[in-house]
Amino acid sequence: MSILDTGAPGAAAVAEDSVARPRRTVDRLLAGNAWIVFAFLYLPILVLVVYSFNDNNRVGIWTEASLRWYGEMFGNARVMDALRTSILVAVLSTAVSTVLGTAAALSLERFRYKGQRAFDGLLYLPVIIPDITMAVMLLLFFVQAFDIILVLTGVGLSRGLGTITLAHIAFNISFVALVVRARLSGLDSSLEEAAADLYATRWQAFRRVTLPLIAPGVAGGALLALTLSLDDVVIAEFVSGAGSTTLPVYVFGALRRGVTPLINAVSVLMLAGSILLVLASLAISRRRSGEA
Amino acid sequence: MMRRWMVAAVAVSLVLTACGREVGGDDPAAGDDTGSEDTTDDGEDGAASGVSCEVDEIDGDLLLYNWSEYMNPELIDLFEETYDVSVTEDFYTSNEALLAQIRAGGADFDVIVPSDYMVEIMIDEGILLELDQDAIPNSANVDELFATPPYDPDLAFSMPYQWGTTGIGLDLEAIGDDDPAASWAWLFDPDVAGALPGPVSILDDPREGMAAALYWLGYDPNTTDEGELEEAADVIAQARDWTATYTSDQYSELLLTGETVAGHGYSGNFIDNFFGADDPDRYTYIIPEEGATIWTDNMAILQGASSPCTAHTFINFILDAENGAELTNWTYYASPNAAASEFIDEEITGDPTIYPSEEVEANLFFLENTGEAEILFTDLFTRAQG
Repeated sequence: MSILDTGAPGAAAVAEDSVARPRRTVDRLLAGNAWIVFAFLYLPILVLVVYSFNDNNRVGIWTEASLRWYGEMFGNARVMDALRTSILVAVLSTAVSTVLGTAAALSLERFRYKGQRAFDGLLYLPVIIPDITMAVMLLLFFVQAFDIILVLTGVGLSRGLGTITLAHIAFNISFVALVVRARLSGLDSSLEEAAADLYATRWQAFRRVTLPLIAPGVAGGALLALTLSLDDVVIAEFVSGAGSTTLPVYVFGALRRGVTPLINAVSVLMLAGSILLVLASLAISRRRSGEA
Repeated sequence: MMRRWMVAAVAVSLVLTACGREVGGDDPAAGDDTGSEDTTDDGEDGAASGVSCEVDEIDGDLLLYNWSEYMNPELIDLFEETYDVSVTEDFYTSNEALLAQIRAGGADFDVIVPSDYMVEIMIDEGILLELDQDAIPNSANVDELFATPPYDPDLAFSMPYQWGTTGIGLDLEAIGDDDPAASWAWLFDPDVAGALPGPVSILDDPREGMAAALYWLGYDPNTTDEGELEEAADVIAQARDWTATYTSDQYSELLLTGETVAGHGYSGNFIDNFFGADDPDRYTYIIPEEGATIWTDNMAILQGASSPCTAHTFINFILDAENGAELTNWTYYASPNAAASEFIDEEITGDPTIYPSEEVEANLFFLENTGEAEILFTDLFTRAQG
């Protein structure tokens, strides 16, 4: 994913250099390795896509090409409900966590303050904590928080879409911050100082100088957040409530009845959605850099 | 993988309990303007008082928490139309995840569908609401086989939803036998299983795995006799030579793709998969004559449900003869509803793998809670797996 590039100074020169045909054996091996990595990443996806057009009742046995499972997918109200829930949660949590994560990255990179080290470490905790632990912590948190809210205000809240969205925001902030920070660290802070010299307000400097420069990092962070949210089973199941089954939870639950190519069809739909998003973000960033 | 996170989920449940939160706390704000009792106890040790409901009483919309693809959508539509309520369906992925979520408290669901052993755990924890039997007249339809299950002897907290058995799926072509003997020999007899052209798979579940070996040895699957259990573990260890893997969710796929020629697994999953195979006649499911496990999924109402009477009405609705038949005609799982039999497709009732004969039925056992011995089962099974 090129949008995850850190864009360190001199990256352009390195890139140009590596475009040259590999000459030495080491280069050849590296190039070969790149292809193997690509195959490793994309062959399973290819198989997934091909088998979604399978007419058979079973995932692994090919009979003939058909759109049967796509028909079944759109005809299955429970799957479509779950898909809608998943997309809603993913979009909401991505939007919020992108803003908060970017802000956190900026504060860590641009300012020095007391307790920064601790904040830094704590921010990345959700990246390394296992899902199941995170799920329990969040579940307990919501239970306790709702109890306290009930006592204090008399308002009885219950788990559902809101709690899943909050949970996803909670872990996505870290991922967004991580990606944005990588981009920020390669950014010369004198650019902002120059903007200030030219009487730009803080906000103007951010809006016209910093943000455009870190936009690929922000977009990359947002895409990562979106993917993680669409992907999550464990946390989504634990903090869910009535009317909030997400697609991965539904699919996981359906395993008990056996896997049908319906799951492939759903995955292809989501894959197509993510590819469109990536293309869109690439197109936007290219147009931006064209303007600059 | 799956197994590991189930274990994690159980561990999590323990943590949640340790946090000492009462389950089933009645949430005053969530309480509906119902005619039912509002004085539901915060049941702490399963001795909670129930509610009292009229037959067909509706006290709010229904929140149903079930397994995916386990409810005929037309039945939901019919229930909504008949009683003019809305039903929200949500889905969980395992009994353990369900338990963890409910234990934490604040789960809003009315009706849940846990498996047999989980019902017992939930009763012990005081999570389930005692049913008002008067509000479920259709409980008379429950087959006598399920009227006194060991996990809930009086059906005081649960009503059976669907049931099945644990047996063996066979690839007839590979084993070269059109009329295979119904025996655990396919997994454990060195002369039979050892001579098969391909390997077998065994359920990755200490109770089910050990039970299979215990049946083969002619012992009670719920035995706590250490000697018998050691013997069973030896049988499993000996079978290692021809056991490809221990799996609880891939056994049908392995069989259908030819990776294994015999698999230990649940009837519902096998039968679902065989129906969908290219040549369904190539595969069969057998319930071994030496004895086999019977399992149920059960409808139960949560303590603190906001619509307990609608929940009773729903359970009564599912236990109706025709509705019970509609459910089974859709899921292809056997119905515990004796009155439903006449409305169930003959294709299903005539299938001995779904509806075993009476002789076979007499030889089916529920896996009971063995208390302290559970650890022994787990230890021995793990060691036998090598």
